[in-house]
Amino acid sequence: MLVEVLFWVFASILVIAALAMITVRNPVHAAMLLVLCFFTSASIWLLLEAEFLAVVLILVYVGAVMVLFLFVVMMLDINIEEVRSSVTRYALAGGIVAGVVVFEIVAVVWTNSLGTEVAGRVAAHPADYSNTAELGKVLYTQYVYPFELAAVVLLIAIVAAISLTMRRRTGLKQQNISRQVAVRREDRVRIIKMPAEGGSKTAEAPASEKAP
Amino acid sequence: MIQLNWLLVLSGVLFAISVAGMFINRKNLILLLMCVELLLLAVNFNFVAFSRDLADINGQIFVFFVLTVAAAESAIGLAILVVLFRERRSINVEDLSTLKG
Repeated sequence: MLVEVLFWVFASILVIAALAMITVRNPVHAAMLLVLCFFTSASIWLLLEAEFLAVVLILVYVGAVMVLFLFVVMMLDINIEEVRSSVTRYALAGGIVAGVVVFEIVAVVWTNSLGTEVAGRVAAHPADYSNTAELGKVLYTQYVYPFELAAVVLLIAIVAAISLTMRRRTGLKQQNISRQVAVRREDRVRIIKMPAEGGSKTAEAPASEKAP
Repeated sequence: MIQLNWLLVLSGVLFAISVAGMFINRKNLILLLMCVELLLLAVNFNFVAFSRDLADINGQIFVFFVLTVAAAESAIGLAILVVLFRERRSINVEDLSTLKG
C-alpha cells in the first residue's frame, strides 16, 4: 500500500515539475525543475527495483549533464524576453499534439489491459537480490561488445565537444610547451671567448684564434 | 504493487509534456535540448517498466545505453550551441537560416 502511495506522490511531482519546466520563463529555473524531474524519476525507478539505473540517473544527469546545462545557460548572455516572445503562438498547437499523444497512449494501454490481469504478475525480489550484480553479469558477458561501443561513443563525444569549443586567439602571449622542451643548447647560448680587460699582449693572440 | 498500466500512462504523459514543450519553446535552443532529455527519460520509463513486468534484465541494459547516447548527445549539442552563440550572438532558432531549411 505504501508503495502505491509513494508512486502516486512521485508521479504527480514528476508531472507537475515537467509542466512547470516547459512553461517557466527563466532557463535556470527550467534546468532546476529538470533536475527535480530526474530526481523524482530516480525515486520511481527505485520503487521499481532498478536501483543501479536510479543511481546512474542521478550521477550522470543531475551530476554531469544538468551541471553542463547550467554552465552553458549562465555562460551565454541570453536575452530571455526576446526568446520567449512567441510562447502563445505555438501553445495551442503544442497542447493539441500533447493531448493527442496522451489520448493515444491511454487508449492503447486501457484496451490492452481490459482482458488480461496485469497486476501481480511479478513477485518482488528477495532481500539479498542485487540489481547491480545482475546487470553487471549481463553487461560484461552478453553485451560486452555494445558496452565497448558505448565507451567509444563517449570518447568521440569528449573529443568532439572539446574540438568544437576550442578556439585559438591570435596576438595572445602564451607558452608553446613542445618548443620549450625541444630547444637545444646551441639555440640559446653562444660562448664567446674575450680577452680580459687590461690583459697582456701575449694572452690576446691565442684567444682570438679560438673564437668562432 | 505498481501496475504496468500506471507506468505506461505516466511515461506517455511525460512524453506528451515534452513534445508540447518543444512547441512552446520553439525559439530557445537550450530549452529544446532540455525537452529532448525529458523525452528520452519518458522512453526509459517504458524500458524499466517492461523490464520489471517481464522479469527481464535486458530492458535495463537498454536504458543504460540510452543514457550513454543521451549524455553524448547533450554534450555535443551544447558544444554546438556555444559555437553558434559565438558566431551569431543569439540562440534563437529562427536566426539559424543559413541553410534555407
